[in-house]
Amino acid sequence: MHAATLDDTGQHEEHPYGLMRWVTTTNHKDIGTLYLWFSFLMFLAAGSMAMLIRMELFQPGLQLVQPALFNQLTTMHGLLMIFGAIMPAFVGFANWQVPLMIGAPDMAFPRLNNWSFWLLPAAATLLIASLFVPGGAVAGGWTLYPPLFIQGGIAYDMAILAMHILGLSSIMGAINIITTILNMRAPGMTMMKMPMFVWTWLITAYLLVAVMPVLACAITMLLTDRHFGTHFFDAAGGGDPVLFQHVFWFFGHPEVYIMILPAFGIVSTIIPTFSRKPLFGYVSMVIAVASIAILSFIVWAHHMFSTGMPVGGQLFFMYSTMLIAVPTGVKVFNWLATLWRGSISFETPMLFSLAVVCLFTLGGFSGLVLGLVPVDIQLQDTYYVVAHFHYVLFSGAAMSIMAGVYYWLPKWTGHMYDETVAKWHFWLTTIAFNVTFFPMHFLGLAGMPRRIPDYAMQFEGFNRIASTGAFVLGLSQLLFLYCVVKCIRGGAAAGDRPWDGADSLEWTLSSPPPYHSFGVPPLVR
Amino acid sequence: MMSTNDPVYYLPPPSRWPIVGSVALLTLATGFILYLAKSAAGPWIMLAGCLILARMLFGWFGNVVQESNAGRFDGQVDRSFRWGMVWFIFSEVMFFAGFFGALFYIRNIAVPGLADADLIWPGYPGGWPTAGPGLKESFSPMPAWGIPALNTVILLSSGATVTWAHWGLLAGRRWQIKLGLALTILLGAIFLVLQAYEYIHAEFTIRTGVYGATFFMLTGFHGVHVTLGALMLVVILGRVFAGHFTPRQHFAFEAVSWYWHFVDVVWLMLFVFVYWL
Repeated sequence: MHAATLDDTGQHEEHPYGLMRWVTTTNHKDIGTLYLWFSFLMFLAAGSMAMLIRMELFQPGLQLVQPALFNQLTTMHGLLMIFGAIMPAFVGFANWQVPLMIGAPDMAFPRLNNWSFWLLPAAATLLIASLFVPGGAVAGGWTLYPPLFIQGGIAYDMAILAMHILGLSSIMGAINIITTILNMRAPGMTMMKMPMFVWTWLITAYLLVAVMPVLACAITMLLTDRHFGTHFFDAAGGGDPVLFQHVFWFFGHPEVYIMILPAFGIVSTIIPTFSRKPLFGYVSMVIAVASIAILSFIVWAHHMFSTGMPVGGQLFFMYSTMLIAVPTGVKVFNWLATLWRGSISFETPMLFSLAVVCLFTLGGFSGLVLGLVPVDIQLQDTYYVVAHFHYVLFSGAAMSIMAGVYYWLPKWTGHMYDETVAKWHFWLTTIAFNVTFFPMHFLGLAGMPRRIPDYAMQFEGFNRIASTGAFVLGLSQLLFLYCVVKCIRGGAAAGDRPWDGADSLEWTLSSPPPYHSFGVPPLVR
Repeated sequence: MMSTNDPVYYLPPPSRWPIVGSVALLTLATGFILYLAKSAAGPWIMLAGCLILARMLFGWFGNVVQESNAGRFDGQVDRSFRWGMVWFIFSEVMFFAGFFGALFYIRNIAVPGLADADLIWPGYPGGWPTAGPGLKESFSPMPAWGIPALNTVILLSSGATVTWAHWGLLAGRRWQIKLGLALTILLGAIFLVLQAYEYIHAEFTIRTGVYGATFFMLTGFHGVHVTLGALMLVVILGRVFAGHFTPRQHFAFEAVSWYWHFVDVVWLMLFVFVYWL
């Protein structure tokens, strides 16, 4: 009867099988799965580049890769991890979870949703193909600064066009998510009853719509400076390379929150579940996320302290940066308060979430250190910066993605994952991550510059430790792959609600959920 | 469980248009990259990409129009379209904001900075408009009170005519819709012709330092948007002749008119900050 009803009203249960199912799908769960697998593929590709980088840095001198290739590897590692792995993974979560958590049948624009995904392989094709063109891939760093980015060969055009396509995908995906959240909520689900994950994605999507077009501006100016004779970044024509840094970081700083706010959403979902308590301070959490998003538009030049700016500008951007610690602190303390006197259990999603809280906070603190102008001028472009952003992007974003995958895998597949393998994955990842990146703080403070394939003898000890950790970190991700595949192929039946502390709407559906999530909108009290 | 008369949010069946769109954009980008690398095949591959893209747009929008005419869209779907268009226009606003930001930075920080620093180009006076200290090029900037002022009047009038057409639509007077839309398209076309005339007779190029770069980048992207808006108006006019739209349901019309007003507002900013001040 259910299927017949849907057919009468023009909704379709049937779909093509095989490859065409995935190519033509308009289903939010299929598209979410595509996003997540694409992101994992990019994670492995960019991770392999990191392995090569760490191999080269295992000892001083040039052994494996020449400097030009080393620069290409660091640049491509950054671009692929940010735009290929982390952002698509979070969009994958949004696709799977937002309709389920707000009681919607699907996303607001299902066809557009498909397009947002299928633009990613097109862009990735351009980016990865650029490794094999004459002159090699882009080598100017993921921040695309001129004049390096104006001088390079054909790979630079490929990267610029790839970024345009990625931006288009992000903007369409974000518009879809905002519209879904604003217009598709089940009756009774007011904005302030939305799960925290949905709130964080609403604000993230807003940031995406606001700043991806600005990135498009920046790279369009690069392209015209390269080929059409404009002088935006050339002082001879009255332009200024610093202009690029301003436009880029006006995009770039909100971009780093685009990569962390959904992580906050995942952690804010998991910690209450395994503490068996509601999230502490829900309203203050919403306000904190919104404040972080608003502040993210007025801090961009803290990436440019050593580029040079008036003292007044340095002070403004330093204090506005400090200010962001306040709402971030609100979030961390609310997580701690949620744990307080909870009935806590330590399944893998919880372990990852607790690690995120501890390690992301460390990354936040090193961010504060870098936000101080005098300190930043000393630490700019050293390994301290590398340590900082891997603490926020790996142990903040990537590890919360892992937490979310373990948390929702039972819902997505209908099976429980293998808790033993998952715990091995957790401990190996967490320990190896710290072994890899903690020594980089010391390397940076001692003055080792980043993006250089060779280094002075005194840095060898810490680099060996970091490289060893990196190899373990890289290999242990194969355990993750094994665990996920094993869970998809079978395992103990999960039941509708495998986590007894979980209370959002997705747990009222079967595992895996029906093809159209909520055919009839649920009533939220 | 649910009666067949209950409104259900319309979920489209699997569609092949998005993947066609991805192939189109990949082809277009590849062609453009080859063109920039001075390959003779580049323009042809770009053309192929454009044709695939056009096919995709016709097919995809064709599907949406069919679904709309079949009454598949209820009020909730209509609200989705409205939110979607609002946020799309917001993203366009941010795109232009980026270029205006670049203009303001160049005028207020980069050029005065070059004038103050006497290291490489001593004696460079700065000021606006300028082609920069290193280019030995004299040029005369575009005056505001000729064609640009006329174009301002034309574009503002077109905003009025499209609103007049909307009033006709609300009142069910189809001749008024058609006349209003046709006038809007005509005014848009005149604007574009005058803009092309201005480009051809400009006494500077996009290579004329930051003045040429910001001028052609900002007005050029605006011109592209006017062209797109005019094409969308043509499609809407065609749909009016085909008998689409009712006084109650005509969001496609409204979306295009929102877009047209947005293009209008961008022009006002251009007139003030690029031509006049």
